Amino acid sequence: MTEPAITPELVAKHNLTPEEYAHAVEILGRTPTYTELGIFSVMWSEHCSYKNTRPLLKTFPTKSPKILVGAGEENAGIIDIGDGLAIAFKIESHNHPSAVEPFQGAATGVGGIVRDIFTMGARPVCAVNSLRFGPITAKGIVSGSVGESVSEEANATDSPSPPHPLTPLPGANGVTQEILNNRRLFAGVVAGIAHYGNCFGIPTIAGEVYFDKTYQGNPLVNAFCLGVLRHEQITRGAAKGVGNPVFYVGPATGRDGLAGAAFASQDLTEESAEQQRGAVQVGDPFMEKLVCEACLELLATGAVAGMQDMGAAGLTCSTCETASRAGTGIEIELDKVPQRAPNMSSYEIMLSESQERMLIVVHKGREEEVKKIFDKWDLPWSEIGVVTDTGRMVVKHGGKVVADIPAKKIADESPVYQREAVEPAYIKEVRAFRLDGVPDTSDPTAVLKRLLAWPSIASKNWVYRQYDHQVRAGSVVLPGSDAAVIRIKSDSLPIVGQPSRLSQTSNERDIDGDRRDACPTKLLAMTVDCNGSYVYLDPYEGAKAAVAEACRNLACSGAIPLGATDNLNMPSPLRPELFWQIKESVRGLAEGCKAFNAPVTGGNCSLYNQSPAGPIDPTPTISVVGLIEKPEHVTTQWFKDEGDAIILLGEPVEGTPLQGLGGSAYLQVIHGIKNGSPPRCDLEVARTLHTTLLGLIQSGLVKSAHDCSEGGLAVALAESCISQLIARDTPKWIGATVDLSAVEQASRLSQTEKDVELDGDRRDACPTRLDALLFGEAQSRVVISCRPLDAVKVVERAKLMGVPAMQIGKVGGDKLAVKTAGGEFSAPLTELHDAWWNSIARAMA
Amino acid sequence: MNFAVLQFPASNCDQDAVHAVQVLGHRARLVWHKEHSLGDAQAVIVPGGFSYGDYLRCGAIARFSPVMQAVKQFADNGGLVLGICNGFQVLTEAGLLPGALVRNRDLQFHCEYVFLKAATAQSPFTSQIPAEKWLRLPIAHGEGCYYADETTLARLQANQQILWQYCDQQGNLTDRANPNGSLLNIAGVCNERRNVAGLMPHPERACERILGSEDGRLIFEGMIAALEGASRAQAA
Repeated sequence: MTEPAITPELVAKHNLTPEEYAHAVEILGRTPTYTELGIFSVMWSEHCSYKNTRPLLKTFPTKSPKILVGAGEENAGIIDIGDGLAIAFKIESHNHPSAVEPFQGAATGVGGIVRDIFTMGARPVCAVNSLRFGPITAKGIVSGSVGESVSEEANATDSPSPPHPLTPLPGANGVTQEILNNRRLFAGVVAGIAHYGNCFGIPTIAGEVYFDKTYQGNPLVNAFCLGVLRHEQITRGAAKGVGNPVFYVGPATGRDGLAGAAFASQDLTEESAEQQRGAVQVGDPFMEKLVCEACLELLATGAVAGMQDMGAAGLTCSTCETASRAGTGIEIELDKVPQRAPNMSSYEIMLSESQERMLIVVHKGREEEVKKIFDKWDLPWSEIGVVTDTGRMVVKHGGKVVADIPAKKIADESPVYQREAVEPAYIKEVRAFRLDGVPDTSDPTAVLKRLLAWPSIASKNWVYRQYDHQVRAGSVVLPGSDAAVIRIKSDSLPIVGQPSRLSQTSNERDIDGDRRDACPTKLLAMTVDCNGSYVYLDPYEGAKAAVAEACRNLACSGAIPLGATDNLNMPSPLRPELFWQIKESVRGLAEGCKAFNAPVTGGNCSLYNQSPAGPIDPTPTISVVGLIEKPEHVTTQWFKDEGDAIILLGEPVEGTPLQGLGGSAYLQVIHGIKNGSPPRCDLEVARTLHTTLLGLIQSGLVKSAHDCSEGGLAVALAESCISQLIARDTPKWIGATVDLSAVEQASRLSQTEKDVELDGDRRDACPTRLDALLFGEAQSRVVISCRPLDAVKVVERAKLMGVPAMQIGKVGGDKLAVKTAGGEFSAPLTELHDAWWNSIARAMA
Repeated sequence: MNFAVLQFPASNCDQDAVHAVQVLGHRARLVWHKEHSLGDAQAVIVPGGFSYGDYLRCGAIARFSPVMQAVKQFADNGGLVLGICNGFQVLTEAGLLPGALVRNRDLQFHCEYVFLKAATAQSPFTSQIPAEKWLRLPIAHGEGCYYADETTLARLQANQQILWQYCDQQGNLTDRANPNGSLLNIAGVCNERRNVAGLMPHPERACERILGSEDGRLIFEGMIAALEGASRAQAA
């Protein structure tokens, strides 16, 4: 087989700049072979090297006494949860593949992150995801956001007569080709996640889905996985021990997913769908299940010196990284690699991203144990190489050396770029935006229903019902509350090393008595959050708000943050105004994580998220995992009993000119405006709120807690009334009577006080708007309910801690009735529930 | 009591079944699919999951595994066998239970709580379920639509082999309460001898208060009562 000659064109095709290529030549001391060029291309892609973001990522807080494996060290970070137990978790994107082939793109996204977790020696116990798509309904689409060339009218006018939200979508009426395509991507991604997770047997327990025009043509698919292990079970992805054999385990290598990592590091173009389909891998969850169980069983024997999954950049990345981490070299023979297709070139074998494959370094002399276990699980395996002391990654094929590269240099000496950041022009417009031309609401009931039916706010039951979220018998709070809660028990852990028992030919394992006692039950809460509109309008505040919301969701569930994992979904870093978004987002995330004592244990960068229509809103999703001390602290968002008191914790209305309406769902849905500075996120205020709420929960005073986010107080109240689900088609509603007239009074007073301190913005001229009171998205607010007798105590304790608190109503009845200074409105729960519960299913029917 | 819980390569509710049995104070042991013997097991659980990946048809390959030959023999000797979800599919494929399970009528996977009505108390699997008690159990399947030809259905009804049916909160067998389009709202059936049963819902996920329902216990408690009754009879 003749390999193509290395030309500047070929180098450019591999996404290497002339400078990067020159550096590669310098490292090698000669012209690279074709295979080596491919290796440099994937290893130095953004996906593998973080070359554009590494300087920023260094600013994340990554230290805490609880961190056992820190960010960037291994495939996933590991945090101590006490009693000798630890958790490994990480989030990773599969955006580009999902844009091209939604089902397989999303499925392999799940597969990849699950492998990252069991590679660490942990048993994967739950999955979470964060998804973004273009709009799936014709109504409630923002016609354009600030910064885009959109006519003034389109921006400022309300859609004249909003249709009744309960009216099913009329077939073709307003449903464009784009919307149909967005639905196809949405349905495909959800089905792909369901397929992989359900078959593998991992509960997909939480997530978020937003729909916005900015993601049209470039959906985001971020998959998170969490695993559990004992401290002594932590496994390293290092090729340790010179002379140790290197095993390849899992299905044969094919031509699928060729150079997916490089593909993920380019802009999506019109041609992507056609040309890049070969870059999307095909997932086999059955195989993954076998590989996972076999690997955990093998780890228990102690025969493994190091283990690494073949994820992005396949065999290339796994060999380079394991050798680099251990400071050793590695030599492999491609003829020994199981191959699915005939006549594969060394280039193809090295760059294939065929799924469910593992690289395992085994202590010399213990090869038989490996073979025995993989034969038991009927898994293909092959001894393909050996650990050396040369520090080089040597690849042989057909008796010839096709690659010979210093492992540490290619893994660690990838280029690093300090990109230029310039504040984009649109930001000035955002800051200058005022509500002057925006009429206040005259029909709060209609607005509330439209917001509840807006797919980004509406119940995601159509999504999570397709995910098995209860397998493994550990799901304590199911999807549909602020954060999901799982229980860790003894069988959540990987099996313990008892080689004598494992080597029994019977393959029978006795699981009873003694081993169960070894593991005290633990409760973990988790959530993933990010409001991309906020981040677009103010990356720093928006990113802080994402962390704050995640931690608020945890607090509402009764949990204390342990750590975080982030997924930077960003456009091209090469344009200074887009890089500014990335930089500001990271600054916000870093400050947020610091404030809540949630160190970042790892994550993922996905750059170049832009379609021909333009860049996506910067979307730094953040997933935070927390610990709940006792089962009785687990708290859910829905109201529980008639007569309970409803209390609002936090400042009711933001004391800024926009009163918390900047970037709000209300402005987007009702007025077609995506503009204005998003609600300010004061981390100190947020932290005080979370600590106070947690204290109240731990004192047994809180019966429900739900945070105010998109749609503000009115949506939070409505969701507290309608979100409990007993069984299929059997919601449990409980109404509320709320009086906000006193709240308005209080917020007006507090604003006047602030006016004295803040110059510049004249607030006395703008009294609290009704839409701001009901639908404003001021940060750090939580709606809780408690026994009527405890109401005074709760309010006093909160105030004592420095958190504004006020009883605003009572639970009971079959409608949500709200009184304000200007009047009253009420809506039957049946109507609110229908709008909220069925909206997505109707769009997708 | 000693339960055997089968373990196919992609069983994924096997540990959950073991856990549930232990929660009820009994012993459970995983038995690998390549085994030819069930050892000293007094009852068998065929757990949920995807047995062999189930790319062909749920349970279609599992019926040929060595352990299923042992289960057939165990059942022929009158031993208690319960198939849950994929286990139910495996038992119908293996011919141990009548009927078949096909794609849900809306073609989607469904994970949600349902209400179940025990159609009869006359079986080891339903004997402990009080009359007028609707079980609240989770389902999680893509192929749970129970199908059988008319003759078979008539026979099932005549012999009271229909054990559980999907119902609403008031116990009515409505179409809305039927999550997958199963004929006659059938969620689970037993064989003529009444020692082998299968159901799509997951009782093993509903044995502890912290998980939101304890109704699943009633099914296992029925099996345990039958086993204890049998061993008492033997002793006497």
